[in-house]
Amino acid sequence: MNDTVKNIALFGLVAALIAITGFMQSWNSALLIINLGLISSIMAIGVNLQWGFAGLFNIGIMGFVALGGLAAVLVSMPPTTEAWAAGGFGVVTGLLLGAATVVAAIMVMKRMQPGRVRVITMLVILIGGFFVFRAVFDPAVESVEKVDPAITGYLGGLGLNILVAWPVGGLFAAGAAWLIGKTALGLRSDYLAIATLGIAEIIIAILKNEDWLSRGVKNVIGIPRPLPYEIDLQKDADFVETAAGLGFDPVMASTLYVKIGYGALFLAVLLLVLLLSQLALKSPWGRMMRAIRDNEVAAEAMGKDVTRRHLQIFVIGSAICGIAGAMMTTLDGQLTPGTYQPLRFTFLIWVMVIVGGSGNNFGAVLGGMLIWFLWVQVEPMGLFVMQVITSGMAEGSALKTHLIESAAHMRLLTMGVVLLMVLRFSPRGLIPEK
Amino acid sequence: MDFLNAIVALSNYVIVPGIAYGSQLALGALGVTLIYGILRFSNFAHGDTMAFGAMVTILVTWWMQSVGISLGPLPTALLALPFGILATMALLLATDRLVYRFYREQKAKPVILVIVSMGVMFIMNGLVRFIIGPNDQKFLDGERFIISAREFKALTGLKEGLAIKTTQGLTVVTAVVVVILLFWFLNRTRTGKSMRAYSDNEDLALLSGINPERVVMYTWLIVAALATIAGTLYGLDKTFKPFTYFQLLLPIFASAIVGGLGNPLGAIAGGFVIAFSEVTITYAWKKVARYLLPENLEPDSLVQLLSTDYKFAVSFVILLIVLLFKPTGLFKGKSV
Repeated sequence: MNDTVKNIALFGLVAALIAITGFMQSWNSALLIINLGLISSIMAIGVNLQWGFAGLFNIGIMGFVALGGLAAVLVSMPPTTEAWAAGGFGVVTGLLLGAATVVAAIMVMKRMQPGRVRVITMLVILIGGFFVFRAVFDPAVESVEKVDPAITGYLGGLGLNILVAWPVGGLFAAGAAWLIGKTALGLRSDYLAIATLGIAEIIIAILKNEDWLSRGVKNVIGIPRPLPYEIDLQKDADFVETAAGLGFDPVMASTLYVKIGYGALFLAVLLLVLLLSQLALKSPWGRMMRAIRDNEVAAEAMGKDVTRRHLQIFVIGSAICGIAGAMMTTLDGQLTPGTYQPLRFTFLIWVMVIVGGSGNNFGAVLGGMLIWFLWVQVEPMGLFVMQVITSGMAEGSALKTHLIESAAHMRLLTMGVVLLMVLRFSPRGLIPEK
Repeated sequence: MDFLNAIVALSNYVIVPGIAYGSQLALGALGVTLIYGILRFSNFAHGDTMAFGAMVTILVTWWMQSVGISLGPLPTALLALPFGILATMALLLATDRLVYRFYREQKAKPVILVIVSMGVMFIMNGLVRFIIGPNDQKFLDGERFIISAREFKALTGLKEGLAIKTTQGLTVVTAVVVVILLFWFLNRTRTGKSMRAYSDNEDLALLSGINPERVVMYTWLIVAALATIAGTLYGLDKTFKPFTYFQLLLPIFASAIVGGLGNPLGAIAGGFVIAFSEVTITYAWKKVARYLLPENLEPDSLVQLLSTDYKFAVSFVILLIVLLFKPTGLFKGKSV
């Protein structure tokens, strides 16, 4: 059996699993799995670029995904004019002052002679700048957050089409990645890991607490959609008629229509990202990346700028995660900072990349779809297993209740076992790098 | 100007909690640093190991409470601690046997071991949630305070109270005892010396006839004890919730790296550096300032540099500063 047949069979297997879900449960849940699976695949490609191509260990994916989500809010929500009038100027000035402080400190550090004078000047700039920043920023934020806090209480967005948010999410993530890469790349791999883990937590903390920006834990709901609402479709006479002609009732038809629409959009992005990554992998640039990954010293001796190339691919991979994050927030229609969990948004993506096959873009896509399917379906399967195990026990016994209630936590366990099994018995993944 | 009251307020809100938190971080960072020194990888499952140890301790504590065993004024958890340590030791040895040993024999790259530890983290996290659930658990009993704010005020006649919780005192005492024992073991015993030799230079240690598997086994045993103690103390002092233990990873790693990875003394120093920075930067200084400044200068705001939700940012920034200016940490650590 050659590789192509094997790969097609693997993808066919995932398709069959999803089709079974469609027949056994419902086509709505099958389509939901496909949609989030497509998004997960895009994230997995982003991580695969960093890890598979360049050997960079990034465990801050959650942060980049969340930045993409923030972009969806900032681009598509209507601006809160009152809030802008109340404190918009102060907030912007405050942020500019803060940025100016940091830039000034960096300039001092770069331009002045090392010594005690430099340290003192820097401290003065940083501490002074911090207090000025707070003095301008805090009252402005307070007045912004006072504007109708139950509904808005934040600055709002630009009111543009939500699709614009996808590339913007990529840009946000790229900007953050550039900042981290500038400081942490070139250090050891463990340090980069800790640094990215930290920045992701900080980004989530900012989203949760800066109410003026993202409404914090009050969540932003009702983000505009690129597709019509189901309820509007059901009122549309033409749509109802077409659906009836195909033998669907309007409610079913409208939900399927919207989900398929999202799926088509996501698939288009996935195919584009996949195509570009494949082209990159096969280009001289991709070969150079893998050369650097396999032997940094030799590549450097050949005159390759290792740190710069690392920065480049780190930014690109993170940007892809940011795009996927914006897409996910679009699909959800809301930004809920409280739901960003590292196990789900960082480590699960890693499982996808490792299981699919690091260094292979098709592997990343396969891993994304397969692991996402497992992540969703392990819970009902676990519940089923627990019901079988406990079927002999007395009704209402404490152990039985506990086991059935705990079935929900089976998924973490399963993911860990899958990851360890693949690492042990097939360390190059399901579709290995060529 | 009221200097005494200012000092008491400072101790109450900054120094005492800082010391307790610092001891917990130091114990956690010691575990991370030992694994890094001997097994040469960053163990991402450490937070969940702590959660597992604490969980077993909690279960045993509940059992003891239900049959009426108690330690009087001290928390029953202290009696249950040895059981937690034993269970964690068994778990870690089994993990090593089933998972890590394979990669050690293969001489896999450290980053592969880090990914493997991610898988272990998933499993342990799932295990803990499976057994005890994802919610907050209470298991503290005995006296709540060594000295409460009211008693302190009555005793000294000061306006400001100083409360020391039993758990805070216990944390510090336990940490001191554990650290003394650990350093005695590492510096005085044959096994400890072989561990340090192995950490300094693996090849040389192997040539001198040190059995690496034995060194690794002792490392896991010690790490299990450290993790369980750290996890239980943290759970007693604050609260037991599986997710918070996962989040502790960041400050713990920050402590270990700031102190110098692989250096036990550094881990302790790093723990206190991180803890005190977190506490001082997120503390609202209004109260202290009110005692120290003349009345007309009294601040109206809280004088809080950062909101407590940003405490991760603090450990992170310190970590970055140390990495940029002194990549091997404050005490000389390893670099691979």
